Amino acid sequence: MSTVLESLNAALHHAMQTDERVYLLGEDILDPYGGAFKVTRGLSTAFPARVLTTPISEAAITGVATGMALRGLLPVVEIMFGDFITLIADQVVNHATKFRWMYNDQVRVPIVIRTPMGGRRGYGPTHSQSLEKMFLGVPGLKVIAPSTLGDPGALLMAAIADEDPVLFVEHKLLYPRPLLEAGKGELVDFEIQNFGGPFSGYKLQVTGYAPKLTIATYGYNFELARAAARELIMEHEVFAELVVFSQLSPFAINPLLESLASTNHLLTVEEGGLTLGWGSEILARVTECSTDLPLGGAWRSDCYARRIAALDLPIANSKPLEDAILPSVEDIVQAALELVES
Amino acid sequence: MKKPVGYNLLVMPENYSLYYTMLLIRRFEERVLAEFSSGRLTGTTHTYIGQEADAAGIFSAIDPGDVVFSNHRCHGHFLAYGGDPYRLAAELMGKATGLVNGRGGSQHIHWRTFYSNGIQGGITPIAAGMALAEKSKQTGQITLAFLGDGTLGEGVLYESLNLASLWSLPILFIVEDNRYAQTTPVEKAVAGSIAKRFSAFGMATLERDSSDVLDIHAAASEAVMRVRRDGRPAGLILHTYRFSAHSKGDDTRSPEELERIRIFDPLAIHARRLSVTEIDRAEGEIFAIIQDAFLRAEADPYPKMKDDR
Repeated sequence: MSTVLESLNAALHHAMQTDERVYLLGEDILDPYGGAFKVTRGLSTAFPARVLTTPISEAAITGVATGMALRGLLPVVEIMFGDFITLIADQVVNHATKFRWMYNDQVRVPIVIRTPMGGRRGYGPTHSQSLEKMFLGVPGLKVIAPSTLGDPGALLMAAIADEDPVLFVEHKLLYPRPLLEAGKGELVDFEIQNFGGPFSGYKLQVTGYAPKLTIATYGYNFELARAAARELIMEHEVFAELVVFSQLSPFAINPLLESLASTNHLLTVEEGGLTLGWGSEILARVTECSTDLPLGGAWRSDCYARRIAALDLPIANSKPLEDAILPSVEDIVQAALELVES
Repeated sequence: MKKPVGYNLLVMPENYSLYYTMLLIRRFEERVLAEFSSGRLTGTTHTYIGQEADAAGIFSAIDPGDVVFSNHRCHGHFLAYGGDPYRLAAELMGKATGLVNGRGGSQHIHWRTFYSNGIQGGITPIAAGMALAEKSKQTGQITLAFLGDGTLGEGVLYESLNLASLWSLPILFIVEDNRYAQTTPVEKAVAGSIAKRFSAFGMATLERDSSDVLDIHAAASEAVMRVRRDGRPAGLILHTYRFSAHSKGDDTRSPEELERIRIFDPLAIHARRLSVTEIDRAEGEIFAIIQDAFLRAEADPYPKMKDDR
């Protein structure tokens, strides 16, 4: 059974093997080290001319990749920690994502920026954040986050094949996790449905039981949401439908509306800070869509919603503090119970 | 229309051709400022008046397939590259016939291998990446990145110089030091040596303090030749004078200073090498070209929003 890390690594090998235009750029990505989280391990040995280890220059690496892409190559950039994407903001916002539209569709910028996000490893305030929310809604940028569902490597391949800039957000705790298989192990009780195009999301519910609430999430937080859903069933006989997004921005709201049409209760779960975050936009869209979509009124007067996210604080180094700041399975269970009982 | 510049590396372009390019830029930019004054152009612009020798000298030294990344002050570069004044005028007016359908305007244009963007310094790693791509594709084309003295304050520039040298990228960094970043004089913004910023990264660096297009052309030709021959980055530092405001109404320099620097007018300097007949001929042709460009652009339609994007 392969892990998320192995899946991503194999995808990079495959992409470089099958297309000579694919390049990798990043800090400390050469063998034997193979990158801070080992996603690029083996690649510099297999493709020495196309794996470029770089100085600590996140903005320049991203800009160089953009220039390469404008002139016909397919660069994949690794930003060692997701916290460092603040350093590439100008390159992403004012350059890479601008050119296609600004130049009237005459150019394409097919770059992929991969980066590990997230906490729970005790790395402290500047190496634990989930900063993807700062890049959600940037015109021309796709933000993709794999989970243990489906095939993260296929998502990465789709990102490389995409002709526009993609920010590919990998939660650090996902790397050693095994990929889940439909109908087996962790998923044995769940019925799974795909939605969306090449960056497919997933809906999961327990066969034969009508869900009373919808839990929307992405990335590693699906692991927490799944554990919470199990506890809600075992301890409280409350069934939830899980809606797991892979494409965070831009995104289609309909799969979620379809779920809400029957559950009427929505809980969003993310690891970024609560205020003006991913869940805020989800709730806003759900509210706006209620009146004019032919879904039988996803949002009724008796519909309730909650957001679970990190506290609006830096993420502490100390484990008890970090645990208090980031969302937990217990937080999800408690919020879900409050929702369905309200 | 006569092609504004010659591209042959080995032969010095004709004096007439260099003058023609500079005059085209001068008259285009004067027309742009006049259109702003009369309210027919809105938004913002950054004119190249006074710096024409740089563009004419550099673009007569490169190959048509070379890649160019220009900045906010890009009209002169674009016209010297061989770009169509009509398409540029239409772009400034936000018309559908503009270079990029009116989406970019003055600072954000693209045509063939010419690109520009309005963020200081941010274009430098992109130009380095383009040079890397041309190198890996073995096209033999070099990349030019245009900076101003103000760009020297941006940190990402130094990341780019470091990478360009480390990876031996065929790129020429051109600093047009017009002595002011908007209203801030270079003495208040740039410490130390400009040239040593480039030589410190191990690149060949040429420096000229001249408004004579023949000097600029000679320096640019040598710099371009070195980048192409050695497959290494180089720096070309050109000290120049901007006669017009940074943008439109934001000139805080004294009338005396503006008068004093007029002796560095590249057109006046180079005109001495031409006959009166040649000068009159250039004026006549260019007047017609500019008039046609702006009148046609003005009559053109505005773009429409597309449904999908």
